[in-house]
Amino acid sequence: MLNYDLVVVGGGPAGMAAALKAKECGVDSIIVLERAEALGGILEQCIHTGFGLHYFGEELSGPEYAAKFIEQVEKTDITVKTDTMVLDIDGNNLVTAVNKADGLLKIQAKAIVLAMGCRERPRGALEISGTRASGIMTAGTAQKYVNLDGYMPGKKVVILGSGDIGLIMARRMTLEGAEVKVVCELMPYSGGLTRNIVQCLDDFGIPLKLSTTVVETHGKDRLEGVTIAQVDEKLQPIESTKEYIECDTLMLSVGLIPENELTKNVGIGIDRITNGAVVDEMRQTDHKGIFACGNVLHVHDLVDYVTLEAQIAGKGAADYILGKCDNEPCYVNTTTGNGVRYLVPQKVNINNKEAVKLYFRVGRIYKNAKVILECDGKIISSKKKVKLAPGEMEDVVIPADVLAGMTPESSIVVRVEE
Amino acid sequence: MKRELICVACPLGCTVTVEYNDEEILSVTGNTCKRGEAYAKTEITNPTRSLTSSVKVNGGVLPVVPVKSSKPVPKSMLFDCMKVINSVTVDAPVKIGQVIIENILDTGADIIATNND
Amino acid sequence: MCYDVAIIGAGVIGALTARELSKYNLKTVLLEATNDVAMGASKANSGIVHAGFDAKPGTLKAKLNVKGCEMMQKVCRDLSVPYKKNGSLVVAFSEEEMKTVQELYERGLANGVPDMKVLNKDELKAMEPNLSDDVFGALDAESAGIVCPYELTIAATENAVTNGVEFRRNFKVESIAFEDGVFSVKSAEGEIKTKYIVDAAGAHSDDIAKMIGDDCVELIIRRGEYFILDKAVGNMVSHTIFQCPTKMGKGILVSPTVDGNLLIGPTAEDIDDKHNTATTADGFNTIKTYSVKSCPAVSTRNAITSFTGLRAHPVNDDFILGPSKVNSQFIHASGIESPGLTSAPAIAEYLTDIITSAIGEVKKNDEFNGKREDVFRFRHATDEEKMTAIAKNPAYGRIVCRCETITEGEIIDAINAPAGARDVDGVKRRTRAGMGRCQGGFCGSKVVEILARELGCEINDITKFGNGSNILFDKTK
Repeated sequence: MLNYDLVVVGGGPAGMAAALKAKECGVDSIIVLERAEALGGILEQCIHTGFGLHYFGEELSGPEYAAKFIEQVEKTDITVKTDTMVLDIDGNNLVTAVNKADGLLKIQAKAIVLAMGCRERPRGALEISGTRASGIMTAGTAQKYVNLDGYMPGKKVVILGSGDIGLIMARRMTLEGAEVKVVCELMPYSGGLTRNIVQCLDDFGIPLKLSTTVVETHGKDRLEGVTIAQVDEKLQPIESTKEYIECDTLMLSVGLIPENELTKNVGIGIDRITNGAVVDEMRQTDHKGIFACGNVLHVHDLVDYVTLEAQIAGKGAADYILGKCDNEPCYVNTTTGNGVRYLVPQKVNINNKEAVKLYFRVGRIYKNAKVILECDGKIISSKKKVKLAPGEMEDVVIPADVLAGMTPESSIVVRVEE
Repeated sequence: MKRELICVACPLGCTVTVEYNDEEILSVTGNTCKRGEAYAKTEITNPTRSLTSSVKVNGGVLPVVPVKSSKPVPKSMLFDCMKVINSVTVDAPVKIGQVIIENILDTGADIIATNND
Repeated sequence: MCYDVAIIGAGVIGALTARELSKYNLKTVLLEATNDVAMGASKANSGIVHAGFDAKPGTLKAKLNVKGCEMMQKVCRDLSVPYKKNGSLVVAFSEEEMKTVQELYERGLANGVPDMKVLNKDELKAMEPNLSDDVFGALDAESAGIVCPYELTIAATENAVTNGVEFRRNFKVESIAFEDGVFSVKSAEGEIKTKYIVDAAGAHSDDIAKMIGDDCVELIIRRGEYFILDKAVGNMVSHTIFQCPTKMGKGILVSPTVDGNLLIGPTAEDIDDKHNTATTADGFNTIKTYSVKSCPAVSTRNAITSFTGLRAHPVNDDFILGPSKVNSQFIHASGIESPGLTSAPAIAEYLTDIITSAIGEVKKNDEFNGKREDVFRFRHATDEEKMTAIAKNPAYGRIVCRCETITEGEIIDAINAPAGARDVDGVKRRTRAGMGRCQGGFCGSKVVEILARELGCEINDITKFGNGSNILFDKTK
């Protein structure tokens, strides 16, 4: 059995930033376990630019953003095991992992940072009827084929879902010579960033059909076409709007799901909306010494925010390991008010003396609305926003002095007012 | 002439209206900040885009290496640049930041590797 | 060269019959039209080992069901195929339906079904608390079980091949000629000669029979749609839950699977096109409506995939087994709808008896070994077993499919096994790689790479399920 102060599960942007921060805070022995052959996570296949604008102040591609952290990790004595899959974490922070070289690994950790990322929602969850032909894949799988393997997964493409990966893939496929016929979005708004809609669809004249979905797939061996239809307010397809579109590929970009199987096995509480762990402001879960950050905690739209969150978790884990979290925490839950779908962190330790930034997403598009932070019935801040969209993460800060005045009975509410 | 654009300078996504003729930009309206005005003007006079793709590698771990343009290239030349990018093969090892194609189609932008292979 | 027996169709009947025949010194070939075994009804059915109370006493269905149910446990053990005797419940929702339950009970007694009991509501709810409060009672048949139908087919084929049977895939029979006591069976892939034919071509067995001028096989193709739900709800019920049967079959069931998922379905819809395995919006709605009637907590929000199976319903409502009236060397194995999977081991024996008695003097194959070599399953292994396996073959230390914890070693084994996997779906059925909640989102491309490497081809040659179902086009550069 191996012993490490900190085990980081996942070597993507979240795992690397958490490990680096913990090292910087003085944690002695750290090991990062990564299931892929190299560090970097999903960034390795995100070869488009647009990463790092917030964190580095420059526009980087995914691999470049990852490389900056990989370089830093390599300069430290952080142990990295790639091609290594974590199979289990038990209630005593014993991590079981496996790889080709070491076989079965048992690692006893003082603290653990969960940074496993997320996966794409597959077809099965969508109830698209029709055949099982080849050529139906998630946008991320297609991205890997094009960007890493160098093969075209399709020539005539329909994309379902206007999440960022779908939009990015519309442009990638077009540049590589494919014809992207349409991007369909079930909701009346896109879940992707505005700049991606403009630069990935509008630039190439690819239509975005809102309130539209794919209802049926056709073709026996390879996909030959799909039937699309507009949906009503209850998101049910409208029969009279059905339209056949010839295509050989259907790419799905219909949502990301945090990969929390390990988390659930430990018995850690999961937020029903984020599908990630319930955490405090240090990103500590309800299991002492286990922290979570990045897309395994909640799905982010920008990697820059993943990095910042991972640094919080890394510092939290360091404080925990170094015995700086001795006094019992006193938690106040954060509550979603009107228009707010979720808040991270879900609870705040009011014994903590520092200001806390709450991240949230809204449930629909708002124009000229106010984001209001209300503690104990008093409005602490009211920020005017020209636009709020579900696709863009927002934040609001609870000032330190407000926290200092709180009791266990206090309330923290974030809501949107039109 | 009049064109409506969605500004991508920040996440707000303002709808900006630009009036222009062959010679000059007459007015920019609908933007809520200076960056919006600048974005709209460039979009009309000389729209540019960052280009990312991949280049074939001989003898690398992966068959292709990702590349990007060192600065944005004219939007109208994206597909011409792709033709050049697709015609190039580079030998491993490739280093991140390595220039693969210098000054592609005289745009002033280099095509550089964005990963090691 | 002339075979003694050619079996047309590598479904569960063809595969188990091939294995049964390999107990004798016979030259047997198993011909399959597609790229893999179990590509018809055998890959897409409920996977239920029925107790045997459904069929009318005296029919082949009744006789072979009860016998097959008895045999299944041993067959599965020998072939190391997961099988679970979880029992089944036919649930009644009214006094009227309780009468049906009673009738089924009595029919079961007549058919020789063991371990049955009629339960009242309280007994039933104590056994299965997640059932609807509207239940009146149920028929409990403890001899019923569940099995993975394609795994059984794969294992039986593998074992048959190990024992000397030849397997030919992509051999789509186009015509059959008969001369001097020998059949010539033609396909685009070539021609083989054989003394006997077993027509186990499932939904296409009528077409095969017509090739020798026998049009006695009359089939109605019935489409059945299903949902597979996430393992998170796999233990919602422990028994297989049926509703009272109707003219169209056994209705919508709710059942755990041997792999720990929850299965709901099937619909029953007669269709004309034998190739139409599409799912439909109507089918989805039917399944939702009826499964909730049994178990209100069942929700397709937990669905990880849906699929359609085709059953070949015989017009005369019984299995068609035995020599053709046109040519006694042509043996029918048609109309094998439910309880066909359960009956399969018994049908294989039944057909083998017919063939061996027709041939007369047939020696036993002394080298026959009915045990399939143990397949290493990382997810089922103990820590020690895992360590030993990885030390021997490091590929067992690399997880390819995260959701189901499937290693590269298992995938390589599946490709290199007798009658092994040649496509992505073949790997999936043999190993479960890609069967989990992400449905191959992460591992799909890795499986393609491993297949290409092991088969020595380019990754764009790899298909999802053979013939034209390629996954990738050309290189980008």
